[in-house]
Amino acid sequence: MRCFRLAVLISCVFAATPASAQLDLTGTWQRVGQNDNGASREPVDLLGMPLSADGRAKALSYDIAALSATERQCQMYPPFYALVGPFPLQFVMVPDPVTQKLLAWKILGWGDRDETMIWMDGRPHPSKNAPHSHGGFTTGAWEGDTLTAVTTHAKLGDIKRHRGFSSDRATLTYRFNRHGDTLTVTGILEDPVYLAEPFVLTEIFRLTTNPNNFPLTACEPIEELPTLHENPALVPHYLPGKHPAMNEVTEQYNIPLEAVVGGPETMYPEYRKKLKDKYVMPPPCTRGCGGPPPAPPAPPAGRGAAPRQ
Amino acid sequence: MSRVLLVVASALVGLILVGPILPDGPGWARLEAQRGNPQPPRVPRAAAPIDLTGYWVSIVTQDWRWRMVTPRKGDYQGIPMTPEAAKVANAWDPAKDEAAGNQCKSYGAPALMSVPGRIHITWQDDNTLKVETDAGMQTRLLRFGAASTAANTPRTWQGVSQAQWLTPRPNVPLQFRPADRTADTPPPRPTGGSLQVVTRSLRAGYLRKNGVPYSESAVMTEYWDVYKRPNGEEWLTITTQVEDPQYLRTARLVAPIFKKEPDGSKWDPTPCSATW
Repeated sequence: MRCFRLAVLISCVFAATPASAQLDLTGTWQRVGQNDNGASREPVDLLGMPLSADGRAKALSYDIAALSATERQCQMYPPFYALVGPFPLQFVMVPDPVTQKLLAWKILGWGDRDETMIWMDGRPHPSKNAPHSHGGFTTGAWEGDTLTAVTTHAKLGDIKRHRGFSSDRATLTYRFNRHGDTLTVTGILEDPVYLAEPFVLTEIFRLTTNPNNFPLTACEPIEELPTLHENPALVPHYLPGKHPAMNEVTEQYNIPLEAVVGGPETMYPEYRKKLKDKYVMPPPCTRGCGGPPPAPPAPPAGRGAAPRQ
Repeated sequence: MSRVLLVVASALVGLILVGPILPDGPGWARLEAQRGNPQPPRVPRAAAPIDLTGYWVSIVTQDWRWRMVTPRKGDYQGIPMTPEAAKVANAWDPAKDEAAGNQCKSYGAPALMSVPGRIHITWQDDNTLKVETDAGMQTRLLRFGAASTAANTPRTWQGVSQAQWLTPRPNVPLQFRPADRTADTPPPRPTGGSLQVVTRSLRAGYLRKNGVPYSESAVMTEYWDVYKRPNGEEWLTITTQVEDPQYLRTARLVAPIFKKEPDGSKWDPTPCSATW
């Protein structure tokens, strides 16, 4: 009888304990956040990036013409590009072929970003000496309704669209928070080589039925810059202090150069105190200022035009 | 003697097993409801699925040009404003705002969490979370339960915020379970959750320091999500959606980031400024 009571008690406890919570992420998520992730007109704009000294040196030596070298034309962005790139996230559920339970989430690739396979089956990350790929190796786990994923083993790549880099030792932790049809992705990028502190960005997506994308297809190098083919040893770059666009942000926005080249201190509120006496508001914006779309053109006058009211 | 030991052992086992259905346990309300004795819900403070309290510092890695300095007049990039909003913003005059005592216009709730600074979150009472900012020295009160929506509710920079905990759903489609579970192993209890906050009754202000306006009709919906990392770091993401039929063509969507600090040693109260 006692055993029976104990069994009943155990049953009650288990019945009162809800199951682990998880959400469906399947579908196309359109980027709708209005931040400036990855967006800049000026080639040297490292504002708010917690770069290390090496990270800054790497960024300032970079010449985008390097991408025209045959061996770099098919180089993809690293996984962080999911947060700073322009395209939607397309989530596909990958079931186990036998049990049909979730084996992985796949975020499809774009033309210049490899796919991300988020393994959900508890497999470990490979040895640190294992080959690195553009997409890296990612595992995930649920924490309540939030999916947390960790990517390692990605190749070196740029993290602000040619304005800062992560190394092949970087780790990216994603948080996927779904609230209704809104998905907020928080990315925490850590890199012992090029970052002095974690580089954290967020992006907001909305579920859409319009999968307007830039699909990942085969890449074939071509001859882009004849000079690079005439001299294969040439690697476009800038020597220290020689970047020709170094002062463009300062000239446009009056922001001191020491802030433009980033560093961990520039992302904290107290950095404003250093700026206060150095910053003078520039003249009003006249080019590339955003704002409402232009009014539609006036209807044509004359024969065939709509009669005036 | 052996009987005493048996009783003690039974009591210990009972305490361990019955814990989840004690009056504070998650199964208690359900069991009581099944018996026809619905229990009063726990107060929001006790029911909090995440801990937001403490000091948090904003991490400005996004929109730096518009947040860390006062942007130049006419720079509206990223904001889906209406032509009417552009007219208002083009007339922005910070000196005039300062003289009229409107220096806090860019510290209203729709912009406040994007202002670089620190926030201090505490429970004012069992039903109210208090969010104080050192930048602009503002206070937001996030009230759980029914909020006052009377027409004569005074409009303020921080408006009236109604809060609600969102907790993970208990039922999961089987295919999402990544690992097999044997019948005698209980499923893991859902953890975490987030805070939803809807703010109305706002006094008209600025979304951006350079005069991009929001109107009294604006409604802001936020989701506060916390991430506690294995290394001890805690991060807070506030997904923010501002809808304003007068000044926005589509919703304004941003998600400012905060990192938890161990204490308030860097708390630096600074009054509102229209110019800096």
